[in-house]
Amino acid sequence: MSDIALEGISKIFPRRGSEFTAISDVSLDIPDKQFLAIVGPSGCGKTTLLRLVAGLEVPSAGVVRVGGRAVNGPGSDRAVVFQQFALFPWKTVRENIAFGLKCKGVPRVKREELVSRYLELMGMSGTEDNYPHQLSGGMQQRVAIARSYAIEPQVLLMDEPFGSLDAQTRTLMQEELIRISRVNPRTVLFITHGVEEAVYLADRVVVLARSPGRITDIINVRPIREAEGWDRRASEEVMEMPGFGHLRARIWRLLRQAMDAPSAIRSPD
Amino acid sequence: MARPLSHARPSRSEHALLSLGGATVFLGVWQGLAASGLVSKFVLPAPSEVVTAGLTMAVEPFAGDTLEGHMIASLGRWAMGFGLAAGIGVPLGLAMGYWRLLDAMVSPIFEAYRYIAPLAWVPFAALWFGTGIGGPVMVIFTGAFAPCLLNAYRGAQLVEPYLIEAARTLGASSLRVMAEVLLPGALPSVVAGLRLGAGLGWQSLIGAELIVVSSGIGYVLVQGQSNLAPEIVMAAMLAVGLTGLLLDVALQFAESRIKQRWGYPP
Repeated sequence: MSDIALEGISKIFPRRGSEFTAISDVSLDIPDKQFLAIVGPSGCGKTTLLRLVAGLEVPSAGVVRVGGRAVNGPGSDRAVVFQQFALFPWKTVRENIAFGLKCKGVPRVKREELVSRYLELMGMSGTEDNYPHQLSGGMQQRVAIARSYAIEPQVLLMDEPFGSLDAQTRTLMQEELIRISRVNPRTVLFITHGVEEAVYLADRVVVLARSPGRITDIINVRPIREAEGWDRRASEEVMEMPGFGHLRARIWRLLRQAMDAPSAIRSPD
Repeated sequence: MARPLSHARPSRSEHALLSLGGATVFLGVWQGLAASGLVSKFVLPAPSEVVTAGLTMAVEPFAGDTLEGHMIASLGRWAMGFGLAAGIGVPLGLAMGYWRLLDAMVSPIFEAYRYIAPLAWVPFAALWFGTGIGGPVMVIFTGAFAPCLLNAYRGAQLVEPYLIEAARTLGASSLRVMAEVLLPGALPSVVAGLRLGAGLGWQSLIGAELIVVSSGIGYVLVQGQSNLAPEIVMAAMLAVGLTGLLLDVALQFAESRIKQRWGYPP
């Protein structure tokens, strides 16, 4: 059963009197509980793709369906984790996580329970009354992820969530995400420009090319992930596995081709 | 010791001393000028006469009420007009920052309106709402409305777009986005606008009272003029200035408290 379905999606932005095709005829199915990563060079429209699923942009052509229903504006069935964390600075950790639950009309007692549960899941218990600026970047993003999980959405959309973290924190967060996905499996659409990150986290990796943004390849990581037992190992160990190295090299090659290939549409000078 | 005096920032106590010194010199020159007999007391009453007139009015009714009574009448009108301006201006400003359609509809009308001096509304205020309470309240409203709306509008535009998007993807309604994201996000700008609006409203009020009412500080001014009592006019002016100053100090205090409550630096 497919949970997220992109059916012939194109997105054209007006730009300086002319038009700019950000995405051209992209079709993609993400099955229920699959973790799908999208990689591509900057300007390939990967963030636009996520925003279309989130309902923050409207496609110029095609339909986005989530759980079978056509997307028509943002909704709490599709939680977004932003690169800038997007925590409300004037709200405490507790209030930030409770925000989406309040919007859904979850009663107070149940709200408190969910806030505690997901803070604990993210290893952040005890920070309830802190303001975001009192936390490190990594901790802030944990809160943002807890906020997204707490509304128990059908799908999670993550837009380079670890892009603004330092390398060590990023690695820790990736391991954390693997752990959480195992405890609380969700359909995830994960945008990144990190090839290793994509291979390490995803069941499937989609490679996009730019000008216009289009799918060039889809790589199935799942069989190798399971065969080599990545989810039971530390990340540095996984990166030494032959299967990991092979996939990483393959995706790099695809990305290089995507960047070298002449544009399908002449780029405006 | 040898610091350049003109650029040095005075300390708190130095600042207080300088303020007091300035006021003393000003009052001294004024008193001296009045006492010298060079100018008639009908042109420039001495500060001592002004203070006496003010103190007398505080106990003996003038123009129908004591000075405090008039002041309370004025403050009541001001509070109503300002409250109305804040209550309409802030939500409308935030909404204009959120919906471009509303912005496009309201902005041209608003831009023309905000160059009309509050006093220009006096004839219509009197015509539509009478000279009792409604008319003056409307004049205050027209004075306070523009900064309330404008600051909320500009503040809302400065709120990070991703915060608004985060709220919407978490399922927030437009009303909730305005109350829980735009308002707190725009808060420093909003409270600055409220302070400006309060001051402008107070200024407009006195103007309105000169023309349309039979109580309040502005009315005392007019009555002082027709009684050929310049010291009463001056005392009323002084009361207006001091009250305005007190209002601003109170609002400054409220501003820092509100900002603190929402996690902004004071």
